[in-house]
Parts: sequence; C-alpha cells; structure tokens
Amino acid sequence: MTILIRGGRVIDPGRLNAVADVLLEGGKIAAVGRNLTAPRGATIIDAKGRLVLPGFVDLHVHFREPGFEYKETIQSGAAAAVAGGFTTVCCMPNTNPVNDNQAITEFMLERAREAGLANVLPIGAITKGSEGKELAEIGDLRRAGCVAISDDGRPVMNSLVMRRAMEYAMAFDVPVVDHCEDLHLTEGGCMNEGLVSTELGLPGIPAAAEDVMVGRNVALAELTGARLHLAHISTEGSVRMVREAKSRGIKVTAEACPHHFTITEEVVRGYNTHAKMNPPLRTWKDVQAIKGGLRDGTIDAIATDHAPHATQEKQQGFTDAPFGIVGLETAWPLTLALVEEGILSLEAAVEKLSTAPAKAFGLSKGTLVVGADADVVVADPQEPWEVDPAKFRSKSRNTPFAGWKVKGRIKTTIVGGRVVFETTQAEQS
Amino acid sequence: MSLKRKDLLSLAPLSVDEIRLILETADSFKEVTGREIKKVPALRGRTVVNLFFEPSTRTRTSFELAAKRLSADVINFSPSSSSVVKGETLLDTARNIEAMQADIIVLRHSSAGAAETLACGVKSSVINAGDGWHEHPTQALLDLYTIRERGMAFEGLRVAIVGDVAHSRVARSNIYALTKLGAEVRLVGPPTMMPHGVEKLGARVFYDLDESLEGVQVIMMLRLQLERQGRALFPTIREYARLYGLTAERVKIADPGAIVMHPGPINRGVEIAPEVADSLSSVILEQVANGVAVRMGILYLMSGAN
Amino acid sequence: MDAGDIARALTRIAHEILERNKGVHGLALVGIRTGGVYLAHRLVRRIQDIEGATVPIGELDITLYRDDLSLRKEQPKLRKTSVPFDISDKIIVLVDDVLFTGRTIRAAMDGLIDLGRPAEIQLAVLVDRGHRQLPIKASYIGKNLPTSRDEKVQVMLEENGEDDRVVILKA
Repeated sequence: MTILIRGGRVIDPGRLNAVADVLLEGGKIAAVGRNLTAPRGATIIDAKGRLVLPGFVDLHVHFREPGFEYKETIQSGAAAAVAGGFTTVCCMPNTNPVNDNQAITEFMLERAREAGLANVLPIGAITKGSEGKELAEIGDLRRAGCVAISDDGRPVMNSLVMRRAMEYAMAFDVPVVDHCEDLHLTEGGCMNEGLVSTELGLPGIPAAAEDVMVGRNVALAELTGARLHLAHISTEGSVRMVREAKSRGIKVTAEACPHHFTITEEVVRGYNTHAKMNPPLRTWKDVQAIKGGLRDGTIDAIATDHAPHATQEKQQGFTDAPFGIVGLETAWPLTLALVEEGILSLEAAVEKLSTAPAKAFGLSKGTLVVGADADVVVADPQEPWEVDPAKFRSKSRNTPFAGWKVKGRIKTTIVGGRVVFETTQAEQS
Repeated sequence: MSLKRKDLLSLAPLSVDEIRLILETADSFKEVTGREIKKVPALRGRTVVNLFFEPSTRTRTSFELAAKRLSADVINFSPSSSSVVKGETLLDTARNIEAMQADIIVLRHSSAGAAETLACGVKSSVINAGDGWHEHPTQALLDLYTIRERGMAFEGLRVAIVGDVAHSRVARSNIYALTKLGAEVRLVGPPTMMPHGVEKLGARVFYDLDESLEGVQVIMMLRLQLERQGRALFPTIREYARLYGLTAERVKIADPGAIVMHPGPINRGVEIAPEVADSLSSVILEQVANGVAVRMGILYLMSGAN
Repeated sequence: MDAGDIARALTRIAHEILERNKGVHGLALVGIRTGGVYLAHRLVRRIQDIEGATVPIGELDITLYRDDLSLRKEQPKLRKTSVPFDISDKIIVLVDDVLFTGRTIRAAMDGLIDLGRPAEIQLAVLVDRGHRQLPIKASYIGKNLPTSRDEKVQVMLEENGEDDRVVILKA
C-alpha cells in the first residue's frame, strides 16, 4: 500500500520540524521532502494545518488478556491505542496467568497479529508469577519477543532478588522496569497520604513509599550497571533522585503519566473512584516537580499506564475499588496542554511520546527517518473536543477526564503503512 | 428556618445556624422522652430503614428508638458483614430499599464515603451513622448537646479529644463541629495515631496527656481498638494505658467541673479508669440518653416532603 | 375588637369558666403556642383576682401533632411544650386566640391525651371566625367574627410589643 501524506508539519524530533510531505511504501518510510510526487495508485492524505508525527510509543499499558478479557482484550486495547495515536505499546505481564514464560508471550504476540492494529510488544515478568521470589526465565522471554521485564502491579520487594534480576537481565540487554512502591509503607492505603486523606478518612499511601524504592533501585542500578527504568514516577522526591542519579551517569530512565502532571489528590474528593490509581494522585508540588522533570529531561518519556477496569468494579466503595484508569485515548490532548502552558515545546512533547520512549527500551520506533517502519500519526494540535468515555474504543470507561473540554485530536493513525484509525466525520463535534 | 438538606452525611458542610437548629429541635424531643407516653405522631406513616453493614447494637438501637418514638415504621437490615462486602451490593441493596418507599435510610458502613455514594444513588434521605474512619455526625451532635445541656458555651471552650484520632470518625465529626462553633480543640495521642496535617483543621496536637489537660473543660476519650495493636501503632496496651489512660489524678489537672465523655463502648482500665467512668464528672450515660433525643430531632428535620 | 373589647371579653370568659366549673377545684389552663399562651396567662390572673385562687398553667406546642407534616417540604420549627403538672383527672381548659378550621384544636387534644387522661377538656377562644373543617366547638368564645375564607385574622397583644387589638387582613 502506498500513501502520500501531503502538506502537514512534519516533526521528527531532533531531525526535522517543517512543512513537508511523507511517502510511505511497502510498510516503510520511503521519502520525506517538499512537494513529493504521488506515485500512481497512491492514497493521498491531506495533512494541511495538521502535524505529521512518528507514531506514539507507550511503554506501559495493561491489556488484560489472558484472564481478564471482560476489562480489555489485546484487540480492544490495540484499537484504543491507535485511536490515541499510539502505534506501538508495551503491555505489562500482570495477566492471568502472569506472562512469565514463552508460551504466554507468544500467545500475546499472536493476538496482536490477529488484531492487526498497533504493534503490541510484551513485557515479561521479572519473577515467577511476579511473586518476587524466583527469577522468571528471562532469557526465554527475551527470545520469545519481550522487550523489557517488570513485575508491574507489584514492586520487587526483596532487594537481593532485584539485584540478581538486574544483573541477570544485563546478559539479554533488557531494561528492568520497577513499579516503585514499598508495600509495607502502603499498608492498605488507597490515596495519597495528606490533608485530603485526613479529611476524607481514607488510609493514605505516603510519598515516601515511592521514594524509598526509587532510592533503592538507583543504588542497585549503580551497583550492577544494569539498565533501570522507573515506571510511573509521581513524587517530587523521585524526580530529585532520578535527576541526581543521571547527573552521576547511572543508567536510569523514567516515565511519567499524564494524570500525574495534570490533576492532584483534590480530584478524589467526593470519593471519586475514577481518581484512584497507584501511584496515587499527589499534591500540587509533586505535579510541578513532574513538569519540571519533563522539561529538563529528567523524565524521559510519557507513558499512560492504561489500566482498564469494568464499570461495576469502579462502582464499589473507594477502599474496595481497584486501582487504575484508562489513558490511551486522552494522552495526546493532555500532553499538548503542557505545550500550551510553556512547559515543553511542541517538538519536545512529541519526543516524549515517541522518540524518547523508543530509545529507553531500545526499540527502532519513534522516528520518521527514511527506511523506518511506516508508523505515523496525523494529529490536529488545536481541534477542541469533549472527552466522552462512551465513545472510547477501549472496553472500559474508567477515566477522571470524562466531560473535560480538551484540545488536540488524533486524525489518522498508520501502522506498518496501513491506515488503522481515522476520526470519522460523525465524531467532528 | 429549617434544614434544607436531603441528607446528613458529614458535619463539615453544616453552618453554625444549622447545628444550632438541630440542638434546639432536640430540646423538644428531650422533653418528649421525659413523658410517660414517649411517643408523638410526627413521622406517622413514614418508613425509616436502618441499613447497618457494620454491627452496632448501640447506635442502631438508638436510631430505632428515635424513629419509633416519632411513630415511624422501622426496618432493620444487617447485610452479612463478611469482610468482602462490596459497594456493588450497597448500591443494589439501596435501590431495593428505595423501591420499598423508604423515606429515610440510616447507613453504617466500613468504607469511608459509603454514605455519600448511597445518597447520590437514591431519592430517600440518607443519614450517615458512621462510614469507615470518615464521620459519625449524629454522635458529634449528641456530644454537643450533652455539653450544652451542662450549661457550657462553645465559644472558647477547651476540649481535649484523646486517643486514636486517625482512625476515629467520632473525632473527625467533633473536630469539624467544635471548631465551627468556636471551641479550642486539643487532639491528644501518640504520633502514630494522629492523622497527617490535622492541625490544618484548626486543632492543636499534643503527645503528652498531662500537658494537654491544663484548663480543659471537656475531656472526650476515644475507644482504643485493641485489634489495632498488631499494626505497630503502639507497643503494648500497658504502655498506652499508662501514657494516655484517663485516671482520676489526670482529671484533677483539668478544670474543676470538667466533664468526661466517651462514645462507648468503654475499655475499662485502658483508655479510662473505672472510677472515672463511674464518677460524677462522667456524662457517658447522659450521652446515650441524649442520643435518642438528638436522633429524633434529626429524623424530624429530615422528614419534610422530598 | 380593640383593647377594651379584648379586656372585657377575657373578664367575661374568666367568670364563665368559674361559673361552669363551680370554682377552681381540679381546674387547669393550657395555652396553645403561640397565640394562646399569653391569653391563658391573662385568664389565670383574672381568675386569681376573682376567686383569690391560683390555677396551674401549661404551654403546649402542637407542631408534632399537625396533620400536614408529611405534606410540607420543610418541617416547621418546634417550640417547647411545658406542662409541669399531671393533667390526669383534671378539667383542662385549652386556650387559643383564633378558632378557625379546628385542626389546631384537634392536634392540641391529641397532644394533651399523650400527656395524660384529663377528666374533661374545654376550649376557650378569643375569636371564633367560623369555617370549621372538623366537628369542633368552643366552650367559651370572646367574640364571633364572620369572615371570608381567604381573609386572615390576627390577634395583636401587648406582650408581643403591639397594642391589644384584633385585625382582619383582606386576602
């Protein structure tokens, strides 16, 4: 299939930021330049007034297959991804059974192939069953196609096990991703520990629960020389420690989620379970710190931690409801808000969603250089729309942004040279 | 003047006038409970449902008596309180009750926010009888009534609330109400049992009981939940009782004429010495008596046509 | 009715009460809040002047016994009931300012009976304006005032800071 994307502003972070045409042929980027001629039979996509970007790369999603298909399947998750402009996503292994072996990895890859939408790259477990005790067959997981390892959902509590995991992973050059949380300090907490949790009478998760593990992981990364990636950091303390670690040359990368740079624990008032996730929404100071970390490069990537849950599960009392919100379909406008606020330039914002995450995991994605995979997204940077969960492609609706009036819309998503998503006329309102 | 609210979920949003209205209304019902025939027809034909997910004979009986003395019909629901009672059950149970034309639902639940969730989902009026650690508005109101009955004015009143403040819904409701009415609230307990940032609610925090009691006119003791000992909040009951138990000597440090309160049930010898519980300064039984009158007042005020 | 009319009517009612009940034995007055309370106190003073004997007096709030509580959006404010004596076996004279539909008196009787078992209940009103909706009759009437249904009749009293008089307000 041949596609010519014409007249859009092409942003290939670090390489190009100008109005140009992009030609896709045979599933690859064939040419990028001004006034390209359309080959015979090519589909023309008019991108005038729009942005042409490398397809976004999300390092952190939960597609609940196998085991929790009622919340999301690989197919529905991939559909949500491309609707949000993500052409590559890395899915976490906390399925049922846990992806701690080759068979599950191959199953997930097969499901993704059948769906034929976004590239879904599995992340394998660090330990068997993610129980934090014995290492999983990391070599096998790598060979089967896992791009990183993580026990996400849970931390690896035992520091010796984490050390061994980091050392062992070095043989396969995979990043070790930790969900930084000291479960003892969490102790049944369900929101950030602070004035709001005191007023609402809810058990709190102190910022220290995250900081303690970030500090530990950084020390272990220094000791072992391994590639450490910190999932969804949310506190001022985490940002400070990552900044300091990077300044000393430690191989650590970090991601932050849109909700952690947009809203605070105040959104929990009224016992709103759509504001319950782990790590929890923090204070305004933490939000400012995350923004600062994105601006100075301390935080490499924006990832969504897309965590679908069924409606009836979120309709429970606040302490009983599961942690997590969906995020694939709202990431673009929330990221653009940082551009509008002056925190990031447009090019830097695009980099955080594409080039930088790809680099953190060593993926050949997130670029529009000739010869790269034809994973492209055409996005509108201004178009206003209202977030309506009923229109989500995801099976789940759990978002705190319902009803928000946002700016910035994904128009067309192309994976491997095929159009897999287009905003239809009906949705232009 | 009336209570223009569908529900009573929390004391935080109530105005001083609303609190005073409730206390004044309770006066009339205190008089009714002193009569030979302790019944008035004010809520005749109305249905009050006690929906108690957490067991509580004391509060439930108090509400039941209050409703019956107003001639209302009372139904008691105690859904199985297994540790995995989900909110799904709460909403579905509530809709069933609403379909039975319940006018007022009194809810006690182990999850903070349950009363608010319920109130949003049903047309009936909802009264929060205790939701997790969050609030227990009617308890605080009867505490206020008891203080007022003793002739104490709230403005400038020095009140010490002693014990596991972090996990106490009674403490929270009282902090909101007393600070609103101009009292000086002192919170006393070990640091592990003080909620984060509680000074911002207008209270002073003390870790030393003796120091905190100087000049105090009302001593409110909170029940120590003995099952919490396993979670490293305090080393032993012995140490807790020694540091934070209210003994007769400690009562002497407070204002002469100080009153001792406790929401019950009391752990004799732990947070309160038996001789203090039985002394003349203890108003614990008055609190229970006032509970019925105050709850009658609240049921009356919330029973307007919806 | 002006102040003089009111005074004369109350004096006559006091005499009638004493005549009918042959003195003060077993007698007690209960004023219905709020209009009847001051009038009840005035009647007690007149009885004191005439017979030289005091009669027990109580104040009854009938709000909790109203028949329209379930229909009102907001519950009316409660006032205190204070009947500090046993009403059982007594002759209770209920006192109110205006007798209209009779519903207030019905509620007052229910309220009284919850307090005890009087031997007899009688009713004294300053003004009877007609338009009864229940079969209620006053035992002692200050003045019969024909009115139309939508007019309002108000008794103003010195104790409330007004000159004694009865006013009829048009709709």
